[in-house]
Amino acid sequence: MTEKKEIEARELNFYYAGNVHALKQITMHAYKNSVTALIGPSGCGKTTLLRCFNRMHDLYPGNRYEGEIIFQERNILSNGTDLISLRSSIGMVFQKPTPFPMTIFDNIAYGLRLKGIKKRADLSERVEKAIRNAALWDEVKDKLNVSAYELSGGQQQRLVIARALAVEPEVLLFDEPTSALDPISTAKIEELIINLKSSVSIIIVTHNMQQAARISDRTGFMMLGELIEFGRTDKIFTTPTEKLTEEYITGRFG
Amino acid sequence: MAIFDEELQRLKERVLRMGLLVEAAIRDSIQSLIERDSELAKVVIKRDHQINALDVEIDEECIRLLALRQPKAGDLRFITTTMKITTDLERMGDLAEDICERAIELNEEPPLKPYIDIPRMAQISQGMLIDVLDAFVKKDASTAYDIIKRDDEVDNLTVQIFNELLFMMIQDPRGVSRAVKITYIAKYLERIADHATNIAEMVVYMVEGKMIRHTESQ
Repeated sequence: MTEKKEIEARELNFYYAGNVHALKQITMHAYKNSVTALIGPSGCGKTTLLRCFNRMHDLYPGNRYEGEIIFQERNILSNGTDLISLRSSIGMVFQKPTPFPMTIFDNIAYGLRLKGIKKRADLSERVEKAIRNAALWDEVKDKLNVSAYELSGGQQQRLVIARALAVEPEVLLFDEPTSALDPISTAKIEELIINLKSSVSIIIVTHNMQQAARISDRTGFMMLGELIEFGRTDKIFTTPTEKLTEEYITGRFG
Repeated sequence: MAIFDEELQRLKERVLRMGLLVEAAIRDSIQSLIERDSELAKVVIKRDHQINALDVEIDEECIRLLALRQPKAGDLRFITTTMKITTDLERMGDLAEDICERAIELNEEPPLKPYIDIPRMAQISQGMLIDVLDAFVKKDASTAYDIIKRDDEVDNLTVQIFNELLFMMIQDPRGVSRAVKITYIAKYLERIADHATNIAEMVVYMVEGKMIRHTESQ
């Protein structure tokens, strides 16, 4: 089976306001229906790269991209890109759960209403589907009208994933989604990510190398804004090609 | 992590110690045969438990390191290689013990003929073992490749000894029992060389990350 590319960065450079060159000539791709992990020491640029994929950096003035990110045969860095629709196609889940201050139901329905879905029956159906896909349904089905803040951290994170799934994205970006969670909640999120592969492509930034090893199909190792090595996860963790990768993953860094 | 590096170093030293015990067992087993020294053969048989104990000890240490240190890349290949090669070393120790048992039996009868090819086979097999331990310690893949090539020489000698003994058995059936035992010893030595070859293949994996077992391209 040949794999199809979902999203591809080509000679991507990124400068933060003040001309800080944070990403240097990044060329990589994530395959459809697969999990791609980005690892590397703090400040290596992995989160910066993740945020390029749905142009989160545009929320702050002065940031600048060079190069291309190809998604659905278009360069999403071009001027004409509709950022609202881009971010519903390419959703993001952050380190700390970010539920909206409203009920569980309304958290999920929020994006759907923005898309123009108003009928109660349609909304209910889509909300249930999204929550089920996020493996949260059994835990919240009887309290859809309580505040999302009453959920545990791990449940909140799955709610946020459900919210992203509700608008049926192609890609989900995860920025250290379990770093604020206990091991049991972490295991649930990891299993969820693996199961989500069948419907979305996933790119995840993680500080936890074991997590990258457990859940990803491809791993990219970054350092000082450069992509040092990119390849199959099993290869990276058993026989990396680059000395820097070897040193980093065996903990002999610097 | 410095502590982890020390643990890996200690593990490597233990493998080396086990390898040297095996090497001594092979050397002494052949000596007990050539010099008709059954007392020495009994000593080798008695010593085998030291090799077995190290086998278990090294395995346990590898499992501990896998669980606690979660080794990756080169470290992972080193530890998994260690687990595999100690199995080969332990089997080589058992084969040395087998040689001793046949030597004791042969020493009770008059010599069938002077041993010429057996010591030669033993020398090559022992050399392969010493060199492969060295290649393991120094992470030297090119020596490992060289050891793999030497196995053919041992295989050829085995065939040669087998044919020669077969001819003797046909000529004089009174020597059959002894000739069969010597054939066994040749087979044990051939197996020892095979185990050294297995270890060499694992050293190549450890150093280069390439599995060359069961491939013709070696």
